[in-house]
Amino acid sequence: MANDKPNQPQDESRRRFLKYSGTALGGVVLGGVIGGLVGSNLNKTTEEETPAPAAKQPAADAKDYNQALMFFNQDQFLTAEAAAERLFPKDDLGPGAKELGVAFFIDHQMASAFGTNSRDYMQPPYYKAEATQGYQLVFKRRELIALGLDAMNKYSTAKYKKLFVEIAPEEQDAVLTAFETDKTEIKDVPASNFFAMFLNLTLEGAYADPLYGGNRNMAGWKMRNFPGNQMSYTEYIEKEEFVKLEPLSLHDHLELG
Amino acid sequence: MATKLPKVPVVIVGMGWVGGIIAAELTKAGISVVGLERGKSRDTQDYYHVHDELRYASRYELMQDLSKETVSFRNTMKMRALPMRTYGSFLLGEGLGGAGVHWNGQYYRFLPYDFEIRSKTVERYGKKKIPENMTIRDWGITYDELEPYFVKYEQMAGISGEKEVPSNIGKMSTPFATAPMKKSPGMKLFEDAAKKLGYHPYVIPSANLTEVYKNPDGIERAPCQYCGYCERFGCEYGAKADPVVTVLPVAKQTGKLDLRMHSNVTQIIHDGKKATGVTYVHTPTGEEYTQPADVVILAGYLFTNVRLLLLSKLGRPYDPETDTGAVGRNYAYQVNGASTSAFYEDREFNLAMGAGALGSSIDDFNGDNFDHTDLKFLHGANIRFTQTGLRPIQYQPVPAGTPKWGAEFKKASVHNSNRVLSVTGQGASMPNRYHFLDLDPEYKDAFGMPLIRMTFDFEDQDRELVKFIAQKTKDIADQMGATKTEVHDSIKQYNIVPYQSTHNTGGTIMGSDPKTSVVNNYLQMWDAENVFICGASNFPHNSGYNPTATVGALAYRTAEGIQKYLDKGGSLV
Repeated sequence: MANDKPNQPQDESRRRFLKYSGTALGGVVLGGVIGGLVGSNLNKTTEEETPAPAAKQPAADAKDYNQALMFFNQDQFLTAEAAAERLFPKDDLGPGAKELGVAFFIDHQMASAFGTNSRDYMQPPYYKAEATQGYQLVFKRRELIALGLDAMNKYSTAKYKKLFVEIAPEEQDAVLTAFETDKTEIKDVPASNFFAMFLNLTLEGAYADPLYGGNRNMAGWKMRNFPGNQMSYTEYIEKEEFVKLEPLSLHDHLELG
Repeated sequence: MATKLPKVPVVIVGMGWVGGIIAAELTKAGISVVGLERGKSRDTQDYYHVHDELRYASRYELMQDLSKETVSFRNTMKMRALPMRTYGSFLLGEGLGGAGVHWNGQYYRFLPYDFEIRSKTVERYGKKKIPENMTIRDWGITYDELEPYFVKYEQMAGISGEKEVPSNIGKMSTPFATAPMKKSPGMKLFEDAAKKLGYHPYVIPSANLTEVYKNPDGIERAPCQYCGYCERFGCEYGAKADPVVTVLPVAKQTGKLDLRMHSNVTQIIHDGKKATGVTYVHTPTGEEYTQPADVVILAGYLFTNVRLLLLSKLGRPYDPETDTGAVGRNYAYQVNGASTSAFYEDREFNLAMGAGALGSSIDDFNGDNFDHTDLKFLHGANIRFTQTGLRPIQYQPVPAGTPKWGAEFKKASVHNSNRVLSVTGQGASMPNRYHFLDLDPEYKDAFGMPLIRMTFDFEDQDRELVKFIAQKTKDIADQMGATKTEVHDSIKQYNIVPYQSTHNTGGTIMGSDPKTSVVNNYLQMWDAENVFICGASNFPHNSGYNPTATVGALAYRTAEGIQKYLDKGGSLV
């Protein structure tokens, strides 16, 4: 009962792990893939002395067939994209939410187990909570985000006679502030709850591993000089000077053959 | 109808640090053990793709699935407790190795003062110093009595640390197993500043190995790579000591450990004087089993230990109104919130690099290492600078007054991402008559059984402690050569939403009084001599430290107690 027998695919990956075994780390022979990774990453970081050739970046108009919507309708997606860009705008430091693919990240998260609160306690009864007791609504994250985006358009239409994506950036900020501070006077949605969740998702989309659809080409990480997922910093940890490393993502961990 | 299994000498509920240590010690002594773990099996290969902040840190990949079970919470008895629907203040471990898999590895023995806190407070300040409703008490064991067991844990885990520890913390009979962690520039700044002020900084003892180490059981592990993914993550190197890479392989090798995963214990079976075994559900099939045993060991997180006793009607539930009973008493936590951020305009630090247990700290304002005569609180905090590996989703450093979003926020958070060093206090948490655990009258788990209910708040003691410690963090940070410093010195009500600490303690406290404690100093239950309960649930209060060192030492002592009990029976004290 303790160990379920691995099925076929796991056997396959185990063979791959074994291929990389035997790399020594400080004298201990590490089984499996870790040994291989340490070696390969250390090589990578030394290569960085000479600037790496510019990473192949898809041209802006190139089609990316991995990019499409899982949950939002088109209006919700465009609204999310415009709103996220105001929360995390493009500037001289680097790209904003739009270029980073944050709206795709949010869409995908809403389609995931997170969007449906599958690991949250959702049993009734539901009572009005004190602020110290946390979120106590039966409404799920994906419902709240979708309804909130719809409500932003409703509010913007009422106030400016235009959809959120069509109003000026300062007007968009005013709409966002109204939601943030619960001053929308529309009863459709708990506005500040929606706003806080949306802001959090925006930052996650800017900085999560690119595998989730945001942080495109690790540009969010590069902006902060965050090195991503390196396997070892032993040789740098004592250094007085700041060490800039080309970031690695989880995708890089798959490059093992 | 539950299937009755053949009787075994020992059954352990929960296979984290405590379960793992006890299983290893007993099986090495030739005793057969059944280990029941409700989560799944795990090993280092599962962490090959662990460097994923979203999945592990923000979405709690390794934590207990709250849809099946959570805790309910209220600040005071006047409030209605509501379930913690999603994670916030603390994170519950699950699966093989438990929370021992995703800890930071910071290792501190509690202070000699902690174990005799009441006597020592009365001796130095008189009885009146202890505020009404503060239920501090001696632990029924002294530091010196527990010392050999700390050594056992340190040698097993390969704890790294300085050869000499400051004289204001407990004496060590045996030095740490391996050399201290490397010193980052931030640690040097902290230590120099602390020394300038006359304090006694030292490198935080760490469960991350600093060199190749073979422990007394013959387990060999590799050193830490300072990759910056410890807390909330498992260690793919096995460099961070966790039960899966240290004690569990030893137990398995004896052939005497029958480890059963996905086995959720729902009841301790007993006759009011002794337990006869446990009932558990094998969750993948829904089959129910009873496992008879000579000795039952509760080795879960504190909520599980307390809840199982209450659900099984074993022991006397605590009643805060009458101040009687024991099970659920003295729930305590950790009082964080005192800190100073030092901003550097002229330099950047490698803050993405680090380890959960990388840092330096002082104990000059911890325990009773300073005079409390004119202070309105007891105990104190370990003050530290840690470099745990700062990740970009959860770390948005901006000066006070910066907007929460938009151009200014982006500029400030990006600019400061490698420019802020934080000096923080990890404050002790004193128990209170009205801070306790019991069963929730309304909310149930996936099996239809009541959730555990927590009643807890911060008191004046905690607010005063934070104010005082914050000033000390500022004094140090001001000496660290920063462009400017910002102090954070106030806490209000306890709020379950923001993450604070997974150092929850109490509920099955140890002591020398059978009426008001649950276990004796061998962690043997007063009300059922063949039931042993071990973990931070034994702590009558929480120190200004991470709890695992003391949990580990108690686990080794429990293992010894169980062997004595199996030999002779009866009460061990």
